[in-house]
Amino acid sequence: MSLRVDNLKVYYRTLRGDVKALDGATFTVADGEIMGLAGESGSGKSTLGKSLIRLDTRMRLVEGGVELDGKPLPIGDQDAMNAYRFKAVSLIPQYAMSALNPTRKIGKMISELLGARGVKYSEIKPELERRLDLVGLKREVLNNYPIELSGGMKQRMVLVLSTLLNPSLLIADEVTSALDVSTQRAVAETLVEFRDREFVKSMIVVTHDISLVYQIADTIMVMYAGKLAEKAPADVVVNAPRHPYTQLLISSLPEVGVRYADRKLAGIPGSPPGLLNPPAGCRFRDRCPLAFARCVEEPPFVEVDKNHHVACWKAQ
Amino acid sequence: MSDLARAAGEETAPSAGGEVVSAPAVPLATGPVAAAAPGARRTRDALHFALRNKKVVGGGIVVLAFLALGLIAPLFYDYGHSEYVGPQSSGPSGEYWFGTTTFGQDVFLQFVHGIRSTFLVGLLGGGLAALIGMTIGFVAGYIGGLVDEALNMLTNIVLVLPALAVLIILHTYIGITSVPSQALFIGIFSWPWVARAVRAQTFSLRTRDFVDLARLSGMGSGAIIRREIAPNMSSYLFMTFILLFGGSVLFAATLDFIGLGPTGVMSLGLMMNNAVHWSALQLGLWWWFLPPGLGITAIVGALYIMNVGLDEVFNPKLREM
Amino acid sequence: MSMLSLERVTKRYRVGAFGGRELTAVRDATFAVKAGEVVSLIGESGSGKTTLGRMVLRLASVSGGHIRFDGTDVSRLKGRKLAGYYKHVQGVFQDPFSTYNPIFKADRVLHTIRPTFFPEVSAAEWRKRIDTALESVRLDPRQVIDKYPHQLSGGQLQRMLIARALLLDIKLLVADEIISMLDASTRIDVLNLLADLKERGLGILFITHDLSLGHYISDRAVILRRGVVVEMGTTDKVFGNPRHPYTRTLLSSVPQMHHKWTRADIARTIDGSCAIHDGGACAGEPQLVEVDDDHLVGCAAH
Repeated sequence: MSLRVDNLKVYYRTLRGDVKALDGATFTVADGEIMGLAGESGSGKSTLGKSLIRLDTRMRLVEGGVELDGKPLPIGDQDAMNAYRFKAVSLIPQYAMSALNPTRKIGKMISELLGARGVKYSEIKPELERRLDLVGLKREVLNNYPIELSGGMKQRMVLVLSTLLNPSLLIADEVTSALDVSTQRAVAETLVEFRDREFVKSMIVVTHDISLVYQIADTIMVMYAGKLAEKAPADVVVNAPRHPYTQLLISSLPEVGVRYADRKLAGIPGSPPGLLNPPAGCRFRDRCPLAFARCVEEPPFVEVDKNHHVACWKAQ
Repeated sequence: MSDLARAAGEETAPSAGGEVVSAPAVPLATGPVAAAAPGARRTRDALHFALRNKKVVGGGIVVLAFLALGLIAPLFYDYGHSEYVGPQSSGPSGEYWFGTTTFGQDVFLQFVHGIRSTFLVGLLGGGLAALIGMTIGFVAGYIGGLVDEALNMLTNIVLVLPALAVLIILHTYIGITSVPSQALFIGIFSWPWVARAVRAQTFSLRTRDFVDLARLSGMGSGAIIRREIAPNMSSYLFMTFILLFGGSVLFAATLDFIGLGPTGVMSLGLMMNNAVHWSALQLGLWWWFLPPGLGITAIVGALYIMNVGLDEVFNPKLREM
Repeated sequence: MSMLSLERVTKRYRVGAFGGRELTAVRDATFAVKAGEVVSLIGESGSGKTTLGRMVLRLASVSGGHIRFDGTDVSRLKGRKLAGYYKHVQGVFQDPFSTYNPIFKADRVLHTIRPTFFPEVSAAEWRKRIDTALESVRLDPRQVIDKYPHQLSGGQLQRMLIARALLLDIKLLVADEIISMLDASTRIDVLNLLADLKERGLGILFITHDLSLGHYISDRAVILRRGVVVEMGTTDKVFGNPRHPYTRTLLSSVPQMHHKWTRADIARTIDGSCAIHDGGACAGEPQLVEVDDDHLVGCAAH
């Protein structure tokens, strides 16, 4: 098991109290697994993605633990995490463009970044160039400033950079949402290629776009209102989901081939509960067509089938 | 269809009432929602937070106390501020609270008259500068293009003019004889930074979609500036005025002190000028120059502290610290 | 008879110091929208789709060509005549939280249009009309009136903007990416709402980067690439039998549910390079060529 997350709770501090953005997540990511992490805004997917690498000042680790390759990952301790970031856990942020320092040439920046981690640039340069070739970037880009690269090129550059030290876990946060469809596909496929070549062991791809993550992920985990709803192999999530939320969500997504005139899709009535004082029990029950008396108790996230976890009383 | 209708209607039902306001729970994740939410509560909360902000309340009390003093105190005297009424060079006493000058003028009476002209010059000068600066800033920022470039050039020219040198020259030719005319000159020279700041803000606001929506509602440029853009900057504009007020007071004091002040009127700067002129410092008549000096410092200082406080009130990020 | 028709509409920007360089954002766009029809304007970022929408709404000036609405050239209207145009043509934009002035209550957008367009209607009567309009976009007036924008959801805000358009004598709605910022579980309802309005005779120019949304709702599709229309026609033909290589690339790259990307779709995009000059040399002519009934394609080299 590459990553094991155990009952992780991360809250946001606000003036009016804690916002329970991530309220108890227990799951594993296997070696070589690309896990798509899907959910709407406010589902906690970004909080989960971020908390595995860097808690910002408003985020508070409430309880739970994370293990990476069998060793605990000190996510609550920002200084201790420094030893793991980039080497063991790495992140591709959503806006790669702003992640690159605009005043530094890219090569220079990489060299500084490596220097800070005690790695010699000259030693790693041949590997860096090989990987640039692989993603279709010219070696000359190392002498360019970030502004000279297009959005897709920057995204690929950041991908190469963030995986340069072969981390165990890569977190890709909405990496393709700012890109055009044609570039999107290229970047998404590069993610798979990097996993295949074992530049990274496993990957969490955070996204709001299930149809995109379906293309590249082995498994998909769906979150709702700070809780895990369902995790299963990608085909199962898309074709035979068991959680009512996943079912309704998948059936509400238009795709090429579906026309309003032929088949009218429907959304999910209602909206997610506020996370300041979320109601007890299943958080989807107000919107759930299958809700029944037992839903006031919180359904556990259990394995209902091989590698298929669902948090719903009706699915058990 | 009826299902859908119900669905739409129930969108906020589960979280009706106070829960709706707790929306930030959702926006915390990412995106523009988070940016929009704090901005909106601003107006409603401003007063609430202002009255609980020690800097705003403290500064306000000091400023209002001085204003009241300047307005009311002179009414109790039946002689003028430059009349020789008492013993010469006497220290503070029960009869002459702040003592008298070398010529036997009542320093307290001069002081309260000085406060009057200080507030007058602050209001007029600051008001005029705010008016010019905001008008130019709004027009340049909203219309853009050539108009912007022309106004920008004008702003930069006034900005680099050595105001003091120009005033000295103007004074020799025209002569600044009253507080309003002094305020006029101060106002004409202190607007450029306001214009630049307002222009920058307007520039960023005019690209917001609500400006487009206002245009689609058939609103003209003037109405859009007044009804859509300016209200969004009201806190900022208010603070700008406070800074201009303080700046005008200081500028006027400087002018009075170097002898370019209005004639026949008492001001705090002129009091200091006289004190220096008649060697109050060397003669140890501290009651002559300390009150006007401290008065200016207190008024301007209180205004700036209020400004910092208002910044906290209007800026939710600072508020949370 | 087309309600809205664009004839060789062009947008040029002056850029650089003193406007020395010229940049063409949209070139010779020619298409039409009929009453009761949804036309999707599909393109990636930089394709000029938003600029085109803004020109139709006259929020951006038109550098060349003509935009006609019910036969009248509206591309250079000003003042009161422009306001008259806005009585029939309205827009809804991408970011609901930017479309509402954050310091005012959200329903203000429903009131500000009265003095301009319906000064003769009394405030009380207007309030009744507002309730009706809100109900027709499936909003409960009690839940959305007297609220600040941040107290409402993105979906509710977008619906309220549609209600605002309905209060006018609306004939054409320009919807620019109006659901791309909404959550997946509620966005489809807003899309369905648009489709319902279309069935009541409203013409809709639906601007999107998302092919699946464009396909779901539209009767006709216009594919835009770098400011130029490369293919247009009925949705069935453009999506079912794409002829321009760019359209094919787009369709093969769009992530689909129930269908994984394969090498085969890439290969398909590379074959037949130009639908017009089959095998021959491409001259790169600017005109679209009708390859089928109501299906126009540009030369691939263009």
